[in-house]
Amino acid sequence: MANDIQQAEVVETLHATSLRVQDAPVIHVAPSPHLSNTDQTTRTMMRDVLIALSPVVAVAVYVFKMYAVTQLAVCVISCLAAEMLFTGMRGRKASLCDYSAAVTGIILAMSLPGTAPWYVGIIASFTAIGIGKIIFGGLGMNIFNPAMVGRAFVMIAFASALGASGYQDAKSAVDAITQATPMDAFKQGGVIVPLSSLFWGTTNGSLGETSAIACLIGGLYLCIRRTASWEIPAGVIGTVIVLGGIANLLNPESQWTVLHHLLGGALLFGAFFIATDPVTSPLTPKGKLIFGAGTGAFIMLLRIFSGYPEGVMFAVLIMNSLTPLINRWTVPRPLGGK
Amino acid sequence: MGFIFKGFGSSGTFAHGVHPPERKGFSDGAPIEVIPPPKKVMLPLLQHVGAPAKPAVKPKTDVVLGDKIAEPGGFVSTAHHATISGKVMKTGIVTLTNGRHVPAIPIKAGNEEQLSGQALWEDIFGGEWPRDVDNYSSKEIVDAISAAGIVGLGGAAFPTHVKFVPNEKKPVHTVLVNACECEPYLTADYRMMLEASAPIITGALLAGRAANTKNIIIGIEDNKPKAVEVMKKAAAGTGITIAVLKTKYPQGSEKQLIMAVTGKEVPLGGLPLDVGIAVSNVSTVAAIARAVVRKKPLTHRVVTVTGAGIKNPKNLLVPIGISIGELIEYCGGLTKDAARLISGGPMMGFAFANLDAPVTKGTSGITVLTHKDVQKEDETNCVRCGRCVDVCPMNLVPTKLALASRHKDIELAERYNIMACFECGSCAYACPASLPIVQLVRTGKAVVIAASKK
Repeated sequence: MANDIQQAEVVETLHATSLRVQDAPVIHVAPSPHLSNTDQTTRTMMRDVLIALSPVVAVAVYVFKMYAVTQLAVCVISCLAAEMLFTGMRGRKASLCDYSAAVTGIILAMSLPGTAPWYVGIIASFTAIGIGKIIFGGLGMNIFNPAMVGRAFVMIAFASALGASGYQDAKSAVDAITQATPMDAFKQGGVIVPLSSLFWGTTNGSLGETSAIACLIGGLYLCIRRTASWEIPAGVIGTVIVLGGIANLLNPESQWTVLHHLLGGALLFGAFFIATDPVTSPLTPKGKLIFGAGTGAFIMLLRIFSGYPEGVMFAVLIMNSLTPLINRWTVPRPLGGK
Repeated sequence: MGFIFKGFGSSGTFAHGVHPPERKGFSDGAPIEVIPPPKKVMLPLLQHVGAPAKPAVKPKTDVVLGDKIAEPGGFVSTAHHATISGKVMKTGIVTLTNGRHVPAIPIKAGNEEQLSGQALWEDIFGGEWPRDVDNYSSKEIVDAISAAGIVGLGGAAFPTHVKFVPNEKKPVHTVLVNACECEPYLTADYRMMLEASAPIITGALLAGRAANTKNIIIGIEDNKPKAVEVMKKAAAGTGITIAVLKTKYPQGSEKQLIMAVTGKEVPLGGLPLDVGIAVSNVSTVAAIARAVVRKKPLTHRVVTVTGAGIKNPKNLLVPIGISIGELIEYCGGLTKDAARLISGGPMMGFAFANLDAPVTKGTSGITVLTHKDVQKEDETNCVRCGRCVDVCPMNLVPTKLALASRHKDIELAERYNIMACFECGSCAYACPASLPIVQLVRTGKAVVIAASKK
């Protein structure tokens, strides 16, 4: 009996002590700065990209109907699965919640034709995440834009699905898909698509590239939020205007004007959503301008002189490979330095 | 404000920087209170940049407030003085809030009468302050600064006399008084301007006199309109210019302030003196006034005790050497959710856990943050977004410095000018990946310094 009372007392004392300990503040130390801007995190940046992509996705679904929905579902699900599989193989914890794999999936889907068969989307996704990203060490470590790595692979491996004819499906119930793409129609037959169709997006092409207005809205949102650096699209668009202008001057009878160059093909989608990938573009504002200008120059070079109607993908990949060099050239002058 | 900057070719701001939450509201309305004299103070022999001071008193000596207890240990060093009356005890070791272990002289109060409360305030900042300082010679002023043991009170604690020693090769043409207080939370300098503008003006005039220039500018950020008003009124007729600057962190950094006010760039690795400018904090010039006019040493300073982790945030006039725990207790203690004690402000201050650490001449504030304040997102890989580049006030590439530090790549660190970083923390504040950039750069700098000594 006495023992019980004693025990109860001990328990009570212990309880009181633990209460006191609980009440005491827990002080810890850490290096400065002790505040951080929690509005801007890797995750919110990726979320911004998703928001910015929504007008593009909306137009794609409106124009290409089920083709767009299927392609999106295939690419996003495959990218997430690939991310899980490959990070698991590296023994890392799953990094799905940073949304970066979802972003890659959507951008990849938006850069493919709606009629590309499902296995093309899956293969492109696994290549994008596996070879484009995880092999280098995951988010932030890759050299090339993952979505473009995936697309480049299937473009070469499944040339028929992604070549000019891959964009046309005579049996399609969707009008847009029965036409040739504007770039191809011009390159092959000199047919000029009216600017208004290019602006609103009622033409054939890769899912996300057809509507200039959707790309502009999303792109401006990204630039205003500073999730994308305005220097890159400015560099791309500025260079295309200059080079397209020169091409027009040299060849005044061509009906494919600077405006067609700007609004047609994947230019705006590429300038705002693909080239602006922070991981694979330079760090300094000056470097970003050079990167944008270089991308614009390669796009025009490929469009005018190569056999391909469009050059955004290769232009971005080439400039990605030059990014470390650009960083080296553009070490900024520190305050008070020479 | 345009007209103020016309003659200087400057825009009133500097490139880059960040806008952390200001949070001055905790304490900016609290008038400076004089803390009751403590029973004991610990006076560290190294409270400043440079060489430690040498003890000048033996244990068991009786001292009164203001007696010299330590001599400067070199040119870049300062004297120290008794900050309460009492008996000198055996020299011990204290751990400062920055983690350094330094010898310190304890003084224990006995039953002697201590100057306190309003009388202490009057002794330090009250009464009349002369506006005409022409009867003081430059040497006289520098000697008085040196004898008073004054260091920069803004936080860096650089011995002040060194800045004003006449230098034939590099004459000073502008004295810049730093009243930016750009660190969030801190309000000590702000309250000083509201409550002790007279000694500040006299001190600024004396600093100008010491450097042989009439061109004196006080730089205040535009988030302190009351201080601007008070200082403009106080400076009327003295020829001192009040420069109102766009609020931005780290404006209070010497090089950024010089850029904002004069448009001049201090050369890399150089001092403001290289561009003919001497910069002193606003509380420091008040100490100069007291040292020169009243021949009194630096014994007390204003410390802001603030943050959501403190029950009653206050601005306190405290004797140097008082333990920080006593300050916190005087402000009602810590709240239950207090998470981090910081000596200084949240951007550049040191986190510490030892409440026995003494207030030093460079302690501008004690900020106590809560768990909510210090919450951080999980660290991810760098996504090379370049936001650190966009905010770095020194125009560096912080992510490359962090990378170089991580890999101990000295060549890369030097190519990206790692030594130019003054650890303001703008990059780490802005980093979406929550990378500990400043901490990495600190280790990187240590590696570079170690390599250069080999």
